[in-house]
Amino acid sequence: MEIPYTVEARPDTGLFNAKVGIWLFLASEVMLFGALFSSYILLRVGAEPGEWPHGLLDVRLGMINTIVLIISSITVVMAWASLKMKDFSKFKMYQAVTLVCALCFLGIKSYEYRDKFSHYEVQLNDGKVVDGHMISSDAEKIVIHGHYVDKVAAAKVTHAWQEREIKNEEIEIKNSDVKYKESYGPWHNTYMAIYFTLTGLHALHVIGGALVIGFIWGPGAGMWKTEPERYTNRIEISGLFWHFVDLVWIFLFPVLYLL
Amino acid sequence: MSDQHDTADFQKHVKKYLFVFYALIAGTVLTVAASYLPIESVALTVAIALFIACIKGFLVAGWFMHLISERKMIYGILLATGFFVAGLMFLTVWSMNHNSMIHIK
Amino acid sequence: MQASTTHALPHAGEHEAHHHELGFLQKYIFSTDHKVIGVQYGITSLLFLFFGFCLMMMMRWSIAHPGTPIPLGIGSLLNKALGDVADKGIMSANLYNSFGAMHGTIMVFLGIVPLAFAAFGNFVVPLQIGAPDMAFPRINMASYQVYVIGGVVMLVSFFMPGGAAQAGWTSYSPLATVIPGSGQTFWLVGMIFLITSSLLGAVNFLATIIQLRAPGMTWMRLPFFVWAQFVTGFLLLLAFPPLEAAGIMQLMDKVAHTSFFLPTGLAATGIGHISGGGSPLLWQHLFWFLAHPEVYVLILPAIGIVTEILANNMRKPIWGYKSLVYSVLTIGFVSFIVWAHHMYVTGMGTRISTFFQTTTMIISIPSVIILTCLFLSLWGASIRINTPMLFVLAFLPMFGIGGLTGLPLGFNFSDLHLHDTYYVIAHFHYIVAPGTIFALFAGVYYWFPKMTGRYMSEFWGKVHFICSFIFMNGIFQPMFAQGMAGMLRRMYDGGINYASASLPAAVGGLSDSNIHMNSIVSIAAWCLGLSQLPFIFNFFWSINHGKKIASDNPWHSTTLEWQTPTPPPHGNFTKPVVVYRGPYEYSVPGKDKDYTPQNEP
Repeated sequence: MEIPYTVEARPDTGLFNAKVGIWLFLASEVMLFGALFSSYILLRVGAEPGEWPHGLLDVRLGMINTIVLIISSITVVMAWASLKMKDFSKFKMYQAVTLVCALCFLGIKSYEYRDKFSHYEVQLNDGKVVDGHMISSDAEKIVIHGHYVDKVAAAKVTHAWQEREIKNEEIEIKNSDVKYKESYGPWHNTYMAIYFTLTGLHALHVIGGALVIGFIWGPGAGMWKTEPERYTNRIEISGLFWHFVDLVWIFLFPVLYLL
Repeated sequence: MSDQHDTADFQKHVKKYLFVFYALIAGTVLTVAASYLPIESVALTVAIALFIACIKGFLVAGWFMHLISERKMIYGILLATGFFVAGLMFLTVWSMNHNSMIHIK
Repeated sequence: MQASTTHALPHAGEHEAHHHELGFLQKYIFSTDHKVIGVQYGITSLLFLFFGFCLMMMMRWSIAHPGTPIPLGIGSLLNKALGDVADKGIMSANLYNSFGAMHGTIMVFLGIVPLAFAAFGNFVVPLQIGAPDMAFPRINMASYQVYVIGGVVMLVSFFMPGGAAQAGWTSYSPLATVIPGSGQTFWLVGMIFLITSSLLGAVNFLATIIQLRAPGMTWMRLPFFVWAQFVTGFLLLLAFPPLEAAGIMQLMDKVAHTSFFLPTGLAATGIGHISGGGSPLLWQHLFWFLAHPEVYVLILPAIGIVTEILANNMRKPIWGYKSLVYSVLTIGFVSFIVWAHHMYVTGMGTRISTFFQTTTMIISIPSVIILTCLFLSLWGASIRINTPMLFVLAFLPMFGIGGLTGLPLGFNFSDLHLHDTYYVIAHFHYIVAPGTIFALFAGVYYWFPKMTGRYMSEFWGKVHFICSFIFMNGIFQPMFAQGMAGMLRRMYDGGINYASASLPAAVGGLSDSNIHMNSIVSIAAWCLGLSQLPFIFNFFWSINHGKKIASDNPWHSTTLEWQTPTPPPHGNFTKPVVVYRGPYEYSVPGKDKDYTPQNEP
């Protein structure tokens, strides 16, 4: 039993089955990320003035990640183009770069996540608040590389570009003085919550896409010998998914890092 | 499947892909640079950032995802999707607009 | 035409040129054949429907006889299985709430949608379009397996400390987030599995209908059932993801202690430090963005089944095929922009309420057009009465009642009075219960012969029908009155705390007759449960002992699923299919038969 149009296009739609399938799936993904973006807009617009934080994320790392994904986007389309031009070794090379870019992206993302988990806000018993990275902690004290928070000055920052003269220094805090401390995880405020959720879900898609591309590149490469057209289609389909992942990041980056 | 079988034909497409790549890199640098411009209005900042992002998105979707030469069926699906996403975003935010809420005194 | 076989499920082998024999596991458990997967979905979803029904029967005891142990040993069984929540066999308020939340969730997501969309769709759609299988058979198998996993997660949640989810199938935050225990977390994880299953299924259905129609099967020659499934697929594809997003966010609220839906200043949560800044309304928007199209997912496949069976048993084409198609497309489209009519009482401004009220009124137009076309089709028809037709004929007025009673709810001003009352329960149950479920019963009786080669018993089918019809109305008709008098939803004790009898000095308490209705409704519910026993017995007995069909097309139908051997082999059609005509060529003047199959030249 043969299912028609798995490789060749159906005349009236001009498409093969998997292409219809992946675009339908991408439409649902647009709704998924669209809902999360809508939530971001709603939470931000609904926040009290001055409550929405800025400058918590490293723009340079974000920009590097953006460029990494853009590179992977062109390599994934060049990989497909190589197969259309029947050059298997070029395909292997380009797709390998794609996978390296994926790993690079995830590496930088993990570094950013770890950085946020070591970034603390410490409320002291005397009402002062310290904000910074935890250098060390032991039974008696913790050392924060940061600054004392001035709520009034902080509320005046409404744009990411506003320069703030913050001197970070090493501050030693006795554990007995600590009223409450909390790291900058998703629980810290709604901005962190939506940041981790959006980038976390995006990262899961990067992992998923990389696994599929990696499988077709590696263990699944035998199909090039037996059914080259079907194999090329698989590269196209996985490429489409990969481009979508890149597209989401193109919007995520300015929205979360720059605005 | 796609109508390109000629290697020579494909070289033209490769040129287009490279152009898109350079445009995307430029767009990224531009977005970051623009974010450092001292602009007071939040709305304008958002508009600039999203405008550049939309152009980059259009380039990726149009050329890398071949949408510019794709069939009506796909356009139709994406158009409907775009309409619904826009509906979700705008109607939700509109409903939360403080001016339109009923406040019980 | 080949003689029918006695096998319940299609099997590879004799009919195919090249197929090797598959082992039991591959043929029935890990099958990629759409017919097997359809039956798998069908049986699993019917079991879940029965389970959800049992939850309701126990709830009805608490409503009619609050504070008394559930009889027939059920109370003590609950006590043994679930502990203190059913202390002494009495259903506590918390247990009632979790049964209520799970009744809704199970009936909608584990029962009706898998049965109407996945089960009937899987079995019938590829056959009706002349395709050998679905476009992505392995994804089809995966979607069933993920559905089962989701179902297991939901069932397991009953036994978690704290019990199953308790904040309604609507899971509004902050309540859903702050209730202690892991029931809600399991609900969210279960929903993520179920949504994934639905998405995979939707992609499959849409790609199949777009790509695998046989030569000559143009869009306007499709049986209406296929159109209904097509629109339903789009609803599932585009409406479910925002609920998935919301589910992920609520899961983050529960597990990662975020505050997506928890506002600042929330007192007495008992969940420690929260950052606040969240929005409970955001959950409602995202939930209802799915849940409104979801109700069309519940009804459209049923309307499709009704149309097929109606045309077949009227020996006459459906009136207004084009109107039906454009109406169903319009319903699909507009259903995405009506959702906040579930949120009129949240304090949204009048402008936005008016917007949603307008779109809600607009969407009632294509629904009425569809029902009108079906009713008008009956004019001048040669009506043939059999069990499927009885259910279908009953569907029409029942869906009419359900739909029309939605109008006062669609208007902002009247909804303020009726929101969250029993009127709402009556409205939507009329659509799903004597509506969709009747259509699904009809579908089972109708397509059973194609799956098994035997009819189900007509006598017991009629008994099932009459009893179900009487008791369905017995359950839901009084609820309109109860709701209009002000009886609220989700009260475990049937509203005795609001009864005039308990509070003689109060104004507008629930009258004695209102409270008394609870007992009548409960008795009708238990009788409805008993009425399903003939159906269950009939179903299983007829697989091997039902009257054998005399031909592969026992109902003399025009659509393609009846132009195959019985049961259809792997690959469905023994010779290539070409379609020459529309789907309802019944009683065409000048022809010797009163039906002309679509693939007859």
